[in-house]
Amino acid sequence: MSSIDPRQELADRLGLAEVPPARFENVAEVIEKLRQNDYLSDEAIASVTFLADRLAKPVLVEGPAGTGKTALAKAVADAVGARLIRLQCYEGLDESKALYEWNYRKQLLRIQAGRSESSTEDWSALEEDIFAEEFLLTRPLLEAISATEPVVLLIDEIDRVELETEALLLEILSEYQVSIPELGTVKAKQIPMVFLTSNNTRELSEALKRRCLYLYVGYPDVERERDIIISRVPGISTALAEQIARVVRSLRNLDLKKAPSVSETLDWARTLVLLGREEIGEADAVATLHILLKYQADLEKATKELVGRGKALA
Amino acid sequence: MRNLLGEFIVELRAAGLPVSMSEHVDAARALTAIDISDRDMVKACLAATLVKNGDHMPVFSTAFDVYFSNRHASGADLGEMDEESSNADETKGDDPNATGMRGSGRSRGMGGGGGSSMSAEELAEMLFKAMQSNDMNSMRSGAREAVDRYAGMEPGRPVGGTYYLYRTLRNLDLDTLMDRLIAAGTKAEADGLEERLVKDEAKAKVEALKAAIEAEIRERLVDDRGAEALGKSVRKPLPEDIDVMHANRDEMAQLERALKPLSRKLATRLARRRRKRRRGPIDLRSTVRRSLSTGGVPIDLRFKPPHPAKPEIVVIADISGSVASFARFTLHMVHAISSQFSKVRSFVFVDGLDEVTHLFEESDDPAEAVARINSEADVIAFDGHSDYGRALLVFHEKYASTINKRTAVLILGDARNNYHQAHAEVLADLKFRARNVYWLNPEPTSYWNSGDSVIREYAPYCDKVVECRSLRQLEAFVGDLA
Repeated sequence: MSSIDPRQELADRLGLAEVPPARFENVAEVIEKLRQNDYLSDEAIASVTFLADRLAKPVLVEGPAGTGKTALAKAVADAVGARLIRLQCYEGLDESKALYEWNYRKQLLRIQAGRSESSTEDWSALEEDIFAEEFLLTRPLLEAISATEPVVLLIDEIDRVELETEALLLEILSEYQVSIPELGTVKAKQIPMVFLTSNNTRELSEALKRRCLYLYVGYPDVERERDIIISRVPGISTALAEQIARVVRSLRNLDLKKAPSVSETLDWARTLVLLGREEIGEADAVATLHILLKYQADLEKATKELVGRGKALA
Repeated sequence: MRNLLGEFIVELRAAGLPVSMSEHVDAARALTAIDISDRDMVKACLAATLVKNGDHMPVFSTAFDVYFSNRHASGADLGEMDEESSNADETKGDDPNATGMRGSGRSRGMGGGGGSSMSAEELAEMLFKAMQSNDMNSMRSGAREAVDRYAGMEPGRPVGGTYYLYRTLRNLDLDTLMDRLIAAGTKAEADGLEERLVKDEAKAKVEALKAAIEAEIRERLVDDRGAEALGKSVRKPLPEDIDVMHANRDEMAQLERALKPLSRKLATRLARRRRKRRRGPIDLRSTVRRSLSTGGVPIDLRFKPPHPAKPEIVVIADISGSVASFARFTLHMVHAISSQFSKVRSFVFVDGLDEVTHLFEESDDPAEAVARINSEADVIAFDGHSDYGRALLVFHEKYASTINKRTAVLILGDARNNYHQAHAEVLADLKFRARNVYWLNPEPTSYWNSGDSVIREYAPYCDKVVECRSLRQLEAFVGDLA
């Protein structure tokens, strides 16, 4: 099999002097480095992170809310010692907020200043002048591309932007460059790691998906969730962590409107530690269930199913 | 390897996954970057490059297990195994077939010995111990043993894996096993909560065992018939393509699960489309404020959000046995996106007709309301066979006055009228009053008008008669409606 190193190829295309070294040696190293940053990955997460680095491709991370999608990008940034640049997406996000914007106030000032000085100034010189990088406001995407130090770019909740806005990202995701009509093309000065997260409230376009590696982060199994609790909640006993993880698993098996997320599990664990509990009895569970469940109907259902006493205690 | 990848991708496409050319290239490249003797790694790598939708993962996983079966794994470290003595040591402890299991690669605990030297009790005991101590490796060898013993697999016999699975499970008596697990896990002073946890734990373990057995059977079938043939027979449709009328229990559960996110996505999409479709009047305040930064010149106009009229929906659904599940799904979906309509009223019928709108209003979970329809709606007037003519008559008599030019009437059913009178003239009058009349028929078009189906008589008075057999078709239709 002819093996062109994707990193090498991309570096050539970007015209980098040398190929940036790979960030991870192997999958085990990913797992270890993430663990050092308090992020417990599993095999799938670590493999995809490893591949993203090796293939120099962005990762699209999908899954229910609160399962650690954003945290993954943060942990990776910490693990490789890179700056995290975050673009929070929302409906109505446009080019001027995501990519770059001309600082027209400053341009106006420049024009007015020129006018008062001397009217002989050549217009074309002025035009060239006001469309220089000095007047460019970089937004997260351009910033990530033009950074010289290592960066991790996090494009958070990409499913919130409109389908048309997604197209803004395509050039960056596949070529690691941004074209600015007045300036030309800005190419990346290093190979940034890119993470996109989505809560799956709508289908993303094929074009976007094709350019990314895909990672689905679901709820962790009991063992991993226990370990997450232990690593993130100081002072918790293994037995309590295990019991919490088991209760949460049972809750997720119920047909609830909103299953408890990992972050809610952690909140619950912290609460129980603060209350000084060593194990969860029925009464404690009922009294603190509202930390895990945010709908009254869910609370009632969970109380009924788990404790079997119905609405009386809810 | 490259050939195998190509065949694998053909299989994925046949199963309905949209795998593009560039994804194929990515997968091939990704494989060069990793150690391909590590089966888990290969799987993760192919999943990341070929599958771009979480719902497609199970289909991918099944296909992967077939094409990259352990016995023919790409790595050279897996010696060719003897089919008969399938107890031969598996050098690689890790077997990701069983979902959710991540063996730690320890060597196998127990369970060696000759193929069928174990008695039924010993096998049950071994499985029990393995499951109790969470020992994945002995559980897998137990699964292997169970398949040896009970499945009675015959080479070349063209039956599906489910047949062997059923035979194995029937003989294993999983209920007893589960009871034992629960009994062993329960402490003396356990309260209700603890009991429930133990039960869920046991359930999860039994599911894991089932998965292990299924994987084992599948592997042997691959050996017997080759990946391509088996791929075809285990291929399952994606949830949105399942035929609602003929779904089995498993598929039904899948449909139920798929319905909620599907409705949510649909609602988001419709809300967005509505907001974008037209602009409202100019928002002067915002425009003036905005103009300050351009020296008072209103360069950038701001608009108020639009308030377009939303349609009213009346759903009239046949809930007799043959089409009940289809009616349930449609009602669920329409109500799940009810915020996109100004008003939704629902009626169900068999040979009598009853309004069920209040069920949906009382509960904020459409699934719950749908479940209550069966027990609470009064729909049987005579013999309990669908009578479309009567249902329409009753509807017309009681509710025709509520239908106006903003109302879209949605009729769900196969129009199999059991040779009753059709009363199509009633529908004609409804069409005259309503904005639109649509008929959703869950039968394939080729069955229409055969036997007692009288869709032909109603069709002239409908704006559209749509074949609607899968969630995909349903979603497309409901999306156009709003």
